[in-house]
Amino acid sequence: MRKAQISITYIILTVAAVLVCFPILFSICLSFSDLNDILQGNYIPSKLDFTNYIHAFQTQPLLRYMINSAITGVLSTTLQITFALLAAYAIVFIPFRGKKIIFLIMMATMMIPGEVLVISNFQTIRAWNLLNTFPGLILPGVASTFGIFLFRQNMMQIPLELKEASTVAGVSDFGFFIRVVAPMVKNTVVTLAIYFFLVSWNSYLWPLLSTTEDTVRTVQIGLRQLKNTEAVSDYGMMAAGAMITSLPTLLLIFFGQKRLQEGMTKGALK
Amino acid sequence: MNKIELRDVVKTYDGKKNILEGISLDVREGEFFILVGPSGCGKSTLLRIIAGLEKISSGALMIDGKIANEMPPKDRNLSMVFQNYALYPHMTVRDNILFGLDVRKVPKAEQKERLAEAAEMLGLTEYLSRKPRELSGGQRQRVALARSVCSHAPICLMDEPLSNLDAKLRGHMRTEIRRIQRQLGLTVIYVTHDQVEAMTMGDRILVLHDGKVQQTGTPLELYNTPANTFVAGFIGSPQMNLAEAELLGDTLVLNHSLAVPLTDAERRNLPEGSHWKIGVRPEQIEFAAPDNRAASTVTLCSTEMMGNETQILFSVGAHTFTARWQGQYLLENGRAIHVQLSPDTFHFFDDETGALLRAALTIKGSDMQSA
Amino acid sequence: MEYVHAPLHTVEAAPAVQKKRLPLWIIYLLPSMLIFLIFTFYPFVKTLVTSFFATTNTGALTQFIDIQNYVTLFTDPKYLQNLGNTFLYLLLTVPLTVIFALLLAVLSCSNLPGMGIFRTIFSSTMGISVAAGSVFWNLLFHPTAGLLNHIVTAFGSKPVGWLTDANCALLSVSAVSIWMNLGFSYLVLMGGLKNIDDAHYESVEIVGGGFFYRLFKVTIPLISPSLFFVFTTALIGAFQSFGLIDMLTAGGPNNSTNLLVYRLYKDAFVNFRIGSASAQGVVLFLLILLVSQLQTKLTERLVTYQ
Repeated sequence: MRKAQISITYIILTVAAVLVCFPILFSICLSFSDLNDILQGNYIPSKLDFTNYIHAFQTQPLLRYMINSAITGVLSTTLQITFALLAAYAIVFIPFRGKKIIFLIMMATMMIPGEVLVISNFQTIRAWNLLNTFPGLILPGVASTFGIFLFRQNMMQIPLELKEASTVAGVSDFGFFIRVVAPMVKNTVVTLAIYFFLVSWNSYLWPLLSTTEDTVRTVQIGLRQLKNTEAVSDYGMMAAGAMITSLPTLLLIFFGQKRLQEGMTKGALK
Repeated sequence: MNKIELRDVVKTYDGKKNILEGISLDVREGEFFILVGPSGCGKSTLLRIIAGLEKISSGALMIDGKIANEMPPKDRNLSMVFQNYALYPHMTVRDNILFGLDVRKVPKAEQKERLAEAAEMLGLTEYLSRKPRELSGGQRQRVALARSVCSHAPICLMDEPLSNLDAKLRGHMRTEIRRIQRQLGLTVIYVTHDQVEAMTMGDRILVLHDGKVQQTGTPLELYNTPANTFVAGFIGSPQMNLAEAELLGDTLVLNHSLAVPLTDAERRNLPEGSHWKIGVRPEQIEFAAPDNRAASTVTLCSTEMMGNETQILFSVGAHTFTARWQGQYLLENGRAIHVQLSPDTFHFFDDETGALLRAALTIKGSDMQSA
Repeated sequence: MEYVHAPLHTVEAAPAVQKKRLPLWIIYLLPSMLIFLIFTFYPFVKTLVTSFFATTNTGALTQFIDIQNYVTLFTDPKYLQNLGNTFLYLLLTVPLTVIFALLLAVLSCSNLPGMGIFRTIFSSTMGISVAAGSVFWNLLFHPTAGLLNHIVTAFGSKPVGWLTDANCALLSVSAVSIWMNLGFSYLVLMGGLKNIDDAHYESVEIVGGGFFYRLFKVTIPLISPSLFFVFTTALIGAFQSFGLIDMLTAGGPNNSTNLLVYRLYKDAFVNFRIGSASAQGVVLFLLILLVSQLQTKLTERLVTYQ
């Protein structure tokens, strides 16, 4: 590349980076600022003042919400991965009639947007008395078509001879699954774990519907609560609250960016 | 005239380790020049430097007598055939062959002419409307070549273009590429790790190892007078037999175990000193009658029957030597056999540096050269 | 690429030994199938059925009313406005998200120093939840305390009602949406770019093609699968937008940012008009189905697989 081209690249990227970061940077500034300063338009904090963060934790049970989100995230991620692994394994390695149809039916669920299902799912969960419980929060989403699809792609690259060799060696089907297949798709497991956790932590509509009490309410809905109280005019505290809830997923993105990128590409390329 | 010249070219990525250390070479116009060496020796980097895809850290590159260190690739007037062909999956064979001609503002009519010519030359005329994925490996290779032909660039750089083909096709494409090169008078620089390819295709060969030039020369020069033990071992198949040699009285002792008797003449022909490395080609080790005074007795390790010839493997100290005998020998492993090792057919190398001290004086088959 | 050949595995002929252990596959598939059955297929059918019925507040079916729910819906000017809003929103967000993401990915995929930092920054919005993102932007948009109005007034114009002016609110929400979705699209496209063999670029360099030649003749065709994936995902995601609306404008002002899913939510869970909400769900499903069918057709025609 020529020098001029490189300079232009850097200029465009820097401008874009500043624009993309801006909302976050602005909120970081506000979260350390005094309300009076903000109202006068002094957005750059003079010192590192954690008052807003302390307030955010005091006004709403934010810590409780974060723990709830973490529990929800870990549980639903684990279940989604386990279920998807099992299903993909059956589809790839166990011969049975109607396999194609079952796979197609599963893939067809991708066409149905979750928003269409919430009305009825809400009624189901309510009928089962699972509103305001972790199972109610998690269950409707633990079967992941995307996960099954990605694992299937991954498992199809495992030579069938490996399965035949282990059958000859007398290893049971489940043994083969645990000892050979699961370790070989480890990378996909990690990618999906990051992705599922991210999605679970950030999910909004279903937690909004299925939780009304602090005991299980997730952090996103906590933030919504915060916004709908008089606290909304305490800008510094709102910013602090949003920062706190974003921190875990931002960290996840920073460290898992490469993994996600590779995994998503596989998903895109069918 | 020298089409391409390199003077003391050094390439380093981190400023510490040199990938290429002071490479100098001249490629003449219309020459088929081969860069050969084991993987990781820097040959591809060297080719990419000539293409302009990598920067030179120090030294000079000249194309047509002009310094070209900073010249952008497009101004170097060359084409390149990549190892994986670099065919665009979204384009038809036609568009792939014509790729780049629109940038060079070649008029449509001429593009058509060139396409017809290149497609004809490589037998692709029926496939022009197909996509690369509908072609076999050999056909894709031809498309990559056709792109090069079509560009009408006088220099063509090839980076292991045949390494993805099966053995039979590879042999066929070797002659094909040479035919096209001669027909068009192209100057070709061809990178390969396969010494057979290098020997059969090249006008001249440069052997590269650890970023350094080991030797430059015609195939026979490399074969008959290898500049050092590396070239000796690298060129030729089966490999040249290499051993340590020590002069003890009237005998040359190989690997501290096998004594080879010397005639007076042979003794006089030895280079200076008493410790060397020697190398002897498998075809120079002959079958000997047991009563032959010069015969050495060795233990047979194994034989490899090739049909028209037999490769005889026997141990000399810690190493295994290979001999190539015409005809079919059915011998039991482990039995003693008699072989004739003639020191006049040995290459002598410096014990420490491995540099050639004395090439073989007689080379079986070399008298055919002039015939 | 290897996985193209992979379908070899879907062997139909079962080894004779396996036949005896037939129920095995059921055990492996059961968890997923049960969940799909209860939480996808059943609610889907139920929504479909409910959309033809009058319902009570709790969603119990009272009377079959044919397509009355749909007729009411499509004669409701507000719903037509919701549809219009949604299409406008798609038009505003999807192309720009994809174009920005592509541009940034192309510019930052080289090995020049510092690119890692840019990559982290550009993918970071993927880690921001709708709720948190909305709070950030709410603070920027705030009529009095927000930075944007400080900037606008500094240049001498009147403060803008970013989220309170009916002419401007959908634009503001779209801007936030582009920002939110940039990270994901960027990440996928970057992955696609990384898969392009360097030799393809080097070929362009040797013939001397410039930036745009390279972009349009090589890069875009070669990442067309990723590009289509990103495009469809963005499109479907835009149809499903809910959190942003709920957090930023609650559909206001004056219904101007009320999109399909927000309206569905309001009808189902605030106004308890379950029948109508179900009909809206079916409409949404059909729209998304249409889009993905269109995408499949287009993909077959335009996308290049290696």
